[in-house]
Amino acid sequence: MEFNVSFSGLIIQFLVGLSRAMILFIVSSGLSFILGVLRVPNVAHGSLYMIGAFTAHTLAMAAGGGVVGFWLAIFVSPLVVALISLLAERLLFCHLYEREHLMLLLFTFALALILGDLTKLTWGADYRSLVAPPFLQGSVSVLGTPFPKYNLFLLAVGPVVAVGLWLFSSKTKVGKIARAAAVDREMVGAIGINVSWVFAFAFVLGCFLAGLGGALVSPTLSITLGMDHTIIIEAFLIVTIGGLGNIWGAMVGSLIFGISQSIGILLWPQFAIVFPYLAVVIILTMKPTGLLKSVW
Amino acid sequence: MLLLAPFFVTRFYIYILSVIFVTALLAMSLNLLVGHGGVYQFHHAVFYGVGAYTAGLIAAKTTWPVWIGFCAGPMVAAAAGWVIGLICVRLNKLYFGMLQISLGSLIWIVALRWYSLTGGDDGIHGIRMPEILSSTVNVYYFLLAVVSVCLVAMFLIYNSPFGVTLRAIRDNPQRCEAVGINVRRHQLLAIVIATFFAGAAGVLFVVLEGSIFPDMLFWVLSLEVFIMCLLGGGFTFFGPVVGAAIMVALRTFVGSVTEYWTLILGIVLILLIFFLPEGIMGINFRERARSRSRRAAARASEGADAAG
Repeated sequence: MEFNVSFSGLIIQFLVGLSRAMILFIVSSGLSFILGVLRVPNVAHGSLYMIGAFTAHTLAMAAGGGVVGFWLAIFVSPLVVALISLLAERLLFCHLYEREHLMLLLFTFALALILGDLTKLTWGADYRSLVAPPFLQGSVSVLGTPFPKYNLFLLAVGPVVAVGLWLFSSKTKVGKIARAAAVDREMVGAIGINVSWVFAFAFVLGCFLAGLGGALVSPTLSITLGMDHTIIIEAFLIVTIGGLGNIWGAMVGSLIFGISQSIGILLWPQFAIVFPYLAVVIILTMKPTGLLKSVW
Repeated sequence: MLLLAPFFVTRFYIYILSVIFVTALLAMSLNLLVGHGGVYQFHHAVFYGVGAYTAGLIAAKTTWPVWIGFCAGPMVAAAAGWVIGLICVRLNKLYFGMLQISLGSLIWIVALRWYSLTGGDDGIHGIRMPEILSSTVNVYYFLLAVVSVCLVAMFLIYNSPFGVTLRAIRDNPQRCEAVGINVRRHQLLAIVIATFFAGAAGVLFVVLEGSIFPDMLFWVLSLEVFIMCLLGGGFTFFGPVVGAAIMVALRTFVGSVTEYWTLILGIVLILLIFFLPEGIMGINFRERARSRSRRAAARASEGADAAG
């Protein structure tokens, strides 16, 4: 191992980790939201993220690329994902809420299998990549070292989503009901609220965030089958170290995950992916229930 | 019947049966924890992989007899299970599972990235086995023998006082704690036993396929095995064998017709969830607990009525 890391290199790597963390946050906050309200680890979350990325690519290409295509991809593909999840939820999932939890887990796994293969069926096994729109191409100089503009964009989007989600869940009526259902679903049902629709809403919102994460990540990596497997495990671990169902916990977990990985690349490139997992192990050994308060 | 199978079916089916044996042993070992122990071992495949890598690496990289590798595989897996279990066992249910996934993933990364030793993401293929294990039929009998011995051992454990205690812990950990059972120690011992058998399954995989690769330690396989247990019925002793057989059969036969076999698997799973939830899948921890508490409540209210 050699440590010839310059200070600006460290800062850049830190910022890269931070922007990666924003993607992780958007995906894992959706997972956390579903986990909080429905108490189900949504295994299909990664597949929806992947579909979000593929849809973003298709939409952007259909609109001829460029700025319009990019915004269309960012805004519409999460909606497509939300629609898919709404269908799955209303047609199938909602009939299972009374069942054993492992059954729900099994269902989301079945959904993940189906969605994964449908993705392969629709888009094939090729690698794709989405080009960022002109105004987000290139890089800016941070302390004399170039930093991609698109990552800067991600750094702006992440907090916007976080604050939006927080405002939504703490200020709006629907959000408050969803949070209440997370704490005590029987009571929420008892005061005359249709819990089934609250669950549907939470599920669809969570999946929307998965799609948004997929759309936003698509210019930074190659879109391919199998990207669901990587993200889902990361999102689960993030949610666990942050505190199950806690949105800010998802933020803290994402920051730890993203930054430890990017700093790990500087320290020991071959085993860089070890670092976030090590961080998870350390955190869970010291504080088994996660850093922030779990809603469970 | 299985003993005579090689005389009646083609080599292809002997091979498929062998795959089922190995997978069934893996699923059975996990079920010792999930179905009987109430321990959410989410990343069980790691120990399968550790067993396989131990046996495979000893066979491929050293001049030692392969039998040493065969014996070492389960033991190293059990040792890994003991270390990881020791760290995780303090936690409950989902948190246990999550910590276990991250610790297991560390081992997976080592297998994936340590190119000089493990061959990285390619793994190692064409591991030579001793002369006696070179024909499909011999391998079949070897697997059948080992798996049978393991299943008998597991059955004895299942019916031993230890097995009964384990199921009691699954159903009511608080009460077991209260009557003086060391819950954590029992669970840890169960983890060591289960990982030992998982390692044995890994060794058998090497015997069967002659190769090792990092996907054996990937969490997707763990989830698949977990599903096999649920599918076959986690409360029954032989449930996971059924689950494994269904899974392998689906992959082989549907997979030979279409590359979209996981789509079919997903649909089959959903149909099972909706139409046969108690049938093959007898797992209903909470349902049982609920009916038990309901009965207890009824008895209590009867008592109250009688008293009043």
